[in-house]
Amino acid sequence: MSVRVLTGGLQTTVQDLGRSGHQSQGVPVGGAMDRTALRLANIVVGNDESDAALEASLIGPALVFDHETLISLAGGDLEATVDGLTVPVWHAIWVPAGATLRFGRPRVGCRAYVAVAGGIDVPPVFGSRSTYLRARFGGHEGRALKPGDVLPLGRPSAHAQRIARELRSDAGKATAARWSVTTLLRPRYSDEVAVRLVAGAHTGALSAASRDALGGATFRVSSSSDRMGYRLEGATLSLRQPMELLSEGVVFGTVQLPPGGSPIVLMADAQTTGGYPRVGEVASVDLPLVAQLKPGDRLRFRLVSLEDAQALYLARETDIAQARTAIALRYSRGQT
Amino acid sequence: MRFTPLGDRALTITLGDAIDEPTHRRVRAAVALIDARRPAGVVDLVPAFASVTVHYDPARVAGDENEPPYDRIVATLDPLLSGVGTNTLPPARLVEIPVCYGGELGPDLAGVARHHDLSPQEVVDLHAGAEYLVYMVGFMPGFAYMGGLPPRIATPRRGTPRTAVPAGTVGIGGQQTGVYPLESPGGWNLIGRTPLRIFDIDRDEPILLVTGDRARFVPITQREFERWPNRA
Repeated sequence: MSVRVLTGGLQTTVQDLGRSGHQSQGVPVGGAMDRTALRLANIVVGNDESDAALEASLIGPALVFDHETLISLAGGDLEATVDGLTVPVWHAIWVPAGATLRFGRPRVGCRAYVAVAGGIDVPPVFGSRSTYLRARFGGHEGRALKPGDVLPLGRPSAHAQRIARELRSDAGKATAARWSVTTLLRPRYSDEVAVRLVAGAHTGALSAASRDALGGATFRVSSSSDRMGYRLEGATLSLRQPMELLSEGVVFGTVQLPPGGSPIVLMADAQTTGGYPRVGEVASVDLPLVAQLKPGDRLRFRLVSLEDAQALYLARETDIAQARTAIALRYSRGQT
Repeated sequence: MRFTPLGDRALTITLGDAIDEPTHRRVRAAVALIDARRPAGVVDLVPAFASVTVHYDPARVAGDENEPPYDRIVATLDPLLSGVGTNTLPPARLVEIPVCYGGELGPDLAGVARHHDLSPQEVVDLHAGAEYLVYMVGFMPGFAYMGGLPPRIATPRRGTPRTAVPAGTVGIGGQQTGVYPLESPGGWNLIGRTPLRIFDIDRDEPILLVTGDRARFVPITQREFERWPNRA
């Protein structure tokens, strides 16, 4: 079982939930930018949440499925079609052998996740199949996909096989399941978002005006933004007095303040340590909203307490677990 | 010792405020103490110059679920760390790193020498004569920040960083020295290059230097560099 790449798109990479346990060696966590989308894409095709899928950015790839299989799309809406027919985001989709998945223009967000039953089965590196472009390892040969690549697939789960049986059409046309990820679980992507932020180690060192700007100003995502970090334009922030800091750990979501005053939100491929002041960390539940922003899109921060951010985190984990259980129950006894 | 939240799924334990060996030993001691017990929910530990960052999963932290996960993980870690400073650390390894100094492989050697009013050979003798300590690994896979540079060759970073420094290049940045494991942009003064692969994904242990290692640089000739077996 495999997926053939006709065109790679702008930057399509194999991603999972990243690699932990190696940050002390300077190895970034990496993984999907929009982890909620990746997890839900996997859940609807009966995969483990941590299986590897494809992350397409802005301009999606063209992919051929050599065998009939079950796929799903999640995250941004990049106008996906299978053999010319529009297919929905957040649903399981059965595709016939030889079907071609293509993308159009980004309608909502900018990153689409394509999960395939069985997961993309490239060899794990440091315990993860995620592509780390900067050091050229993980994923498919450590790089973005290009024409002619062939990606191996894992074995679909029993759930996936039951879902596929239910959707298989004799007419040989791609068929989406009527059920989907509940709208409550889908992040509310937009090109202008309010993002919850937990105060960081150096938020208190900002000047009074900058503290106000951090919690109220509208920032624009600059064109020099990538999987490692988003540079924000608009308001510049300053400290009451300059600080000399020793490098220490940072996370996906840390908002760093380099000397120029334009904040940088560290993203999935964030380095393990950093030496700039940290003026906040984006609440984990809102990282998908940031991950789907394109250059030129806007965001505002809204300061929330750590306690609130963690309560949101726990509530979302419960919701995702429920979605997983609901699908498992529906297909556990082979009912159709 | 001070705990600071780093967002909703990590925290930083501050163990000092300077780059020195006593602080470094406390950092390594803290990592060893947490590693030995691996409390529920801890997913990664990142030692730095004077702190340890603990990455955790708020949904998997032990304790009373009516309490916020942060409070619970701090309540778990705090007593574990009461022994910092008294526990024994594993012995340090000594890693020798062959370096071909100067020339095309170390384009800033002459500049560093001029900056200090030394000859290039004196810079090499000082750099290769010292024993270094890996304080932390960060910035990129396998990049070891080494302290112990003789103050006479401490040199400020370049005003304009280079866009591409080749893998294996040995640099001086302020009071530290290090080896670039991968080609990357870099602002340090480049004084030589090692034929060793500092980061090699195909090796059992891809990373050559880890926090707490001791290291020495051993000068080699250009000819030795070129003929080094399995050169990077």
